[in-house]
This record gives sequence, C-alpha cells and structure tokens, in this order.
Amino acid sequence: MPELIQNGQIVQDDWTFVTLADDQTAASVELPPGRLVVPLTVWFARRDELAGRPDATLGVWLAPDDDPAEIARDLSHFAVIAVHFPKFADGRGYSIATLLRTRFGYRGELRAFGDVLRDQFNYLVRCGFDALQPADGRYSREQLQAAVASIGDFSQPYQHSAAVASPLFQRTERGATV
Amino acid sequence: MYRYDHYDQQIVDERVAQFRDQTRRYLAGELSEDEYRPLRLQNGVYIQRHAPMLRVAIPYGLLSSRQLRKLAHIARTYDKGYGHFTTRQNIQFNWPALEHVPEILAELATVQMHAIQTSGNCIRNITSDPFAGVAGDEQIDPRPWCEVLRQWSTFHPEFAYLPRKFKIAVNGALEDRAVIRAHDIGLELRRDAGGEIGFRVLVGGGLGRTPIIGEEVAEFVPWQHILSYCEAVLRVYNRHGRRDNLYKARIKILVKSMGIAAFRAEVEAEWAHLKDGPATLTAAEVARVATHFVDPARDSLPAVDAGFERHQAGNKAFAAWVSRNVRAHKQAGYAIVALSTKHKAVAPGDATAEQMEHVADWADEYSLGELRVTHEQNLVLADVRQSDLFALWEKARAAGLATPNIGLVTDIIACPGGDFCNLANAKSIPIANAIQARFDDLDYLHDIGDIEINISGCMNACGHHHVGHIGILGVDKNGQEFYQVTIGGSQGNDTTLGKVIGPSFSAADMPEVIERLIATYITERHADERFLDTVRRIGAEPFKRSVYADRLTPKRVANA
Repeated sequence: MPELIQNGQIVQDDWTFVTLADDQTAASVELPPGRLVVPLTVWFARRDELAGRPDATLGVWLAPDDDPAEIARDLSHFAVIAVHFPKFADGRGYSIATLLRTRFGYRGELRAFGDVLRDQFNYLVRCGFDALQPADGRYSREQLQAAVASIGDFSQPYQHSAAVASPLFQRTERGATV
Repeated sequence: MYRYDHYDQQIVDERVAQFRDQTRRYLAGELSEDEYRPLRLQNGVYIQRHAPMLRVAIPYGLLSSRQLRKLAHIARTYDKGYGHFTTRQNIQFNWPALEHVPEILAELATVQMHAIQTSGNCIRNITSDPFAGVAGDEQIDPRPWCEVLRQWSTFHPEFAYLPRKFKIAVNGALEDRAVIRAHDIGLELRRDAGGEIGFRVLVGGGLGRTPIIGEEVAEFVPWQHILSYCEAVLRVYNRHGRRDNLYKARIKILVKSMGIAAFRAEVEAEWAHLKDGPATLTAAEVARVATHFVDPARDSLPAVDAGFERHQAGNKAFAAWVSRNVRAHKQAGYAIVALSTKHKAVAPGDATAEQMEHVADWADEYSLGELRVTHEQNLVLADVRQSDLFALWEKARAAGLATPNIGLVTDIIACPGGDFCNLANAKSIPIANAIQARFDDLDYLHDIGDIEINISGCMNACGHHHVGHIGILGVDKNGQEFYQVTIGGSQGNDTTLGKVIGPSFSAADMPEVIERLIATYITERHADERFLDTVRRIGAEPFKRSVYADRLTPKRVANA
C-alpha cells in the first residue's frame, strides 16, 4: 500500500485513485466500492451517483489546468481533494491549493500527488496541502522518514499564505538585530 | 542600507542549511539531475562551459564595504581572483566548484548576503535606480519599497515554480534608470492628487527573443495594496502563463495573447479578493524598513569646492574624468562617482579581488561605507565630497578603475557570452574589447559623446542589445559566429527597440562597422545631437549605406 505524509506523519494510503485510460470515458469507467478519488470529469459526469456514496468515501482530484472554482460549491461532498503534479516544476498546483483554502474555504484533506518531492514540501504545506504523496517508490521508508523534516525548512516565512495566517511583520515584533 | 533583523538572518541561515543538504543528496545520487536543477538555479548555481557559475544577489544594487570585502574574499578563495558584475546589478563567479557552493553561501550569510532566486523560474532579484537616495530628480526613494518587495518575494511559496523567470524593477525618479519598461513588472513610484504614495504598474515588458515594451496595467495602486496587487498579477500568470514552450512562457506573451485590457480585467478580478487581505502593508512596517534608508548626516558645504575647481582647471585628465564619471548629487558640495570597469583589456563588468578591496576602502574613506552596482556594470560611490574627488581619482586611476568613459563608446554593456555561457551563440567579451581598442583616442571618444553600445551573445539578451543605441547580437550559422547590428534602441523613459540594419558581420568586421556608424554620425550630426538623436532624425539609411558600402563582406544568416 502506498505511503504518504499526512500532517507530518507517515501513513498508509487507503484511498483508490481513479484515472481514465485512453479507452475509458468518465461516463463508463468502473467505480469500485470503498474510498475513491475520482478525476474532475468523473465527478461532473456522475455527480448524482457519486454524491450518494457513504460519507467520507469520496474524493476528487484536479489536474494543473483544472479550475478549482468549478467545484467551489461541491466541497462538502469531498473528504479528500488531491492535486496532481505531473512534473514537480509545474507550479500551478500551488495556486490551486491556495484558492481552495483561502477563497473557497475547503477544510478537508488537501493532498499533493504525482511528482511530489521533499524539496518542495515546505512550499506545498504553506500553500495549504496537509497530505504529501510522493510517487510510489520514489523514496525508501527511511528517506521518507527523513523527508518529513523538510516541511520545516523555513520556520518563519516572510509571507502569509494558506497555512500561515499573516505575514511576518504582523506575526512578530520585527527589528531586533542579530 | 537595510540591516537584517533576527528573522532575516534566520531565513538566510535556514536556506544555507537547506541547500547544503540538497547538494549533499545530489552528490550522493539521491536527487536526480532534473530534480536538483531548479534547486541549484534558485540558489544562483548554473552549470556553465567550464565550471559552475554562482550568481550572488546584490538586492537593488546596494552593497556595504564589508560585503564587498567578502565578495573579494570569495573571488580569491573559491574562484580565480575576480568576479563579474551583471546587467541585473548582481555579481557572478565563474569558477567555483559545486561542492564549495554551500560553504560560499554560508560565508555570504555572515555578511547578510545570499544567492536566493538569482536564477530559476521564480521572482528574481529586485532591481532599481543606482542613484536612489542621492539623485536630484528623485521623487520618492525606491529603496524601502524594493526591500519590502524583496522580503515578500523571498521564498513566496505560491510563486517558486512559475512558467518562467520573473523580474521586477522599481523607479522613483523623473528619469527611469531602472529600465522598468523592460521588466515583467515595472513599478513607478508616484503620488496621487492627495499626495499619497502609490505605484504605476507596467506589465509584460522584457527583452529576450521577443522584445516587448511593458504596458500599463494599473495607473495607480496605493502603497498599502502593492503586494496584493503583485500577488494578483503573479497568480494570473502562474495559472495561465504558457508552460508548453519555453520561449513563449514569459508573462509578456500571456499579456500579448490576452490583450492588455483582458489581462487587466483578470488581474482586477483576482485582486478584488486579495485587496485588504493579510498582504496589506502597514505604515509601521514601511516605516521600520524606511528607517534603514534615511538620509545620512551630511555636512553643509558650498555648492562648489574651490580645490576641486582648481584641480579641474589644472589637470586635463582629471577634468575629463569629472566630465564623464562624476554626477551632481542632490546635496550641495557632494558628488556621485562612477568607477568604470570598462577597459579594452578586461571583460565589461569584471573586477579583481584587489579592485574590490580598493573600492571597499574608498567607500569607507569617502562614501559612508556603501556603494552601488549599476546595470551598466559599473560601480558607484554615491556620497563623495567634492573636496575628496581628486584624491579618489588618483587612487582609482592607480587601481585601473578611473577610465573616463561613462556613457561613451567604450562603456559597453556585455553579457559573459560564449567565453563562459552555455546558451551563447557567440562571444561578447572579445567584441567589446576590440571596439574598446579601436576607440582608444580619448579626445575622439569625448567628441563622440553619449552613446550606448550593448552586446548580447545570444537572443536571450542579457546584454540588453535591443535597447542599445547600437545593439550587437551574436548569432550562429553552421557553427560560425556572426553579429547582427541594430541601431536606434534606447532605455529610460523613451525606451525603444533598435532596428536591424542588415546582414550580419564576422567578429573581425565589428570594430570597422562601429567606426563607420560613428563616422556617419559625426558627418551628419547637428550641434548638441547625440548619436541616438541623429539616428532618429535621419533614419537608418545613411548608416546602412556607409556600413555596407564596399569592402565589408556581410554574411547573411538564417535569422538575420
């Protein structure tokens, strides 16, 4: 079972991600029982069916070019929203996370998955991700354990962000010299 | 200048620790080349032709003597004894070993310096007027605002992986000396009718392979809201800028494809949510930063120092230097001094460790312990008494830093070019040096007067060739180096892009080409006309005729 970091702890992933193969469509793809994270297109195509599933068993995942505003009114249906990073250097997911947290008020699990690396953990968490799922096999158990520390690379960032309520000049008394 | 508080220092120290661990993991094979690349770039490390290159940030071009001595120490200890000042007011070291970079960054951190975001697809070093705080035409001091923007942009978590690099420049004077029209965001400080400070915001300017002059996206953003406004611009860009094509990924392409009106509407819609949010600046924070930039206690001096006058009258060489390298200061009896790095025997912008130490000493002795780097790649002592100018000149001359050529033919802007840079199509430095050698008659140089020659070794335009009065661009044709020439470009308030005069030239032809362009100007000029003015008045034809007249054998190349 794949592992991920959730609120700073390594946990087993018990969600199944649905992806559409070339020969599958949102309307026809088989949706197994259990906890399921579906692509945005599947949510749109089969909203009624999915909304009827047991509580806390539904999540949705967004690609970098998906617009989070499109699910702004659906957030209560999702126990997980995952944002895909096809390449870690594609920074659109940071804005998606920021919008979900600060504009649309999403409070559930917000997960980064795909090409997710420890060297971006600090930025990801500051933008509102509370779950970080590197690609399966990218890190050994030991490396993943060590990677948790990267979340805290910068202890007092200058800016406010989704996870940091105010900028440094509001949070602290500035000016004490070194 | 700004001094770090405990938090600033902690952030820089944490960055050193982070990069040290990243480099360790890279060298241990735990980080792939692709994974490490953006990390090293955002710490200023390029892999170049011969060795890694380290670009150290000089925020808005301001340096203390202590910092410059540290740069000299780094040049001597980790490099070959010199550094290269860049067109973005930074300094580059061309020969450090990758394994040493974390140590160099740790040394820099001890003098409140770093290499943060000097490369990579993030918000780069903020640049500004090298004469900030001392220029007579300054309306509002840009430095506190640059520092506020520096802190906001440092490790901004949302904007570290943009489609492409992002450059911000700030100007607060009547004359734009920060090239704000050629930046992704150009900020012009101004006051509204009620006297409140704010910013005119230009967006989508830039040079590179698609040079575009920035357009106004907001006429006036009140200072409290400048960070949230910038966040709105960056968010629109981060979400909608192209990521499929490296050459179409800058914000200027997005602005052009949407049109400025639609882009503005998108930014305004985003800003409506962000305005008055947590990023709103407070008077207290701006005041805290601004206390670092208050005018120093300067003496009350006569407007003209008698000894200074006497030296000018009695020493032609000194007078020539004063006429080109010394500018009026806003306070009577003081002067702004430019130390030229431009000389036929060195690469434009290069300074040796010894020269850096000399300049640091002069800064301490004559200029309040501070100096500035200009985007023309020279150094500036901004607070020198007129009565000290002669002594300073004698020392600068002995150190090879008193070439009296600021703003003249030989004050050439050039990127490192093919001698160092992987991207370059052609060499820049030898072309600059050959032109400098051709124009070594000082009287003729001064007679030619104001002219800006800018050289880039490739279309990425680090040498700002588009906005040179004469621009020279290195191009490659079947592995051979050629040079395309533009005339009529300019920076500043009337920023314009130069026009190509015709087929490209070989390196050997270049000094002759420049000589003919200049000769045409000398023949055609009216009194008090600069080269640029003559080009604008009579057009490019007379210049083309002269250059392509006879013995030069132009080589037409693919993209000429």
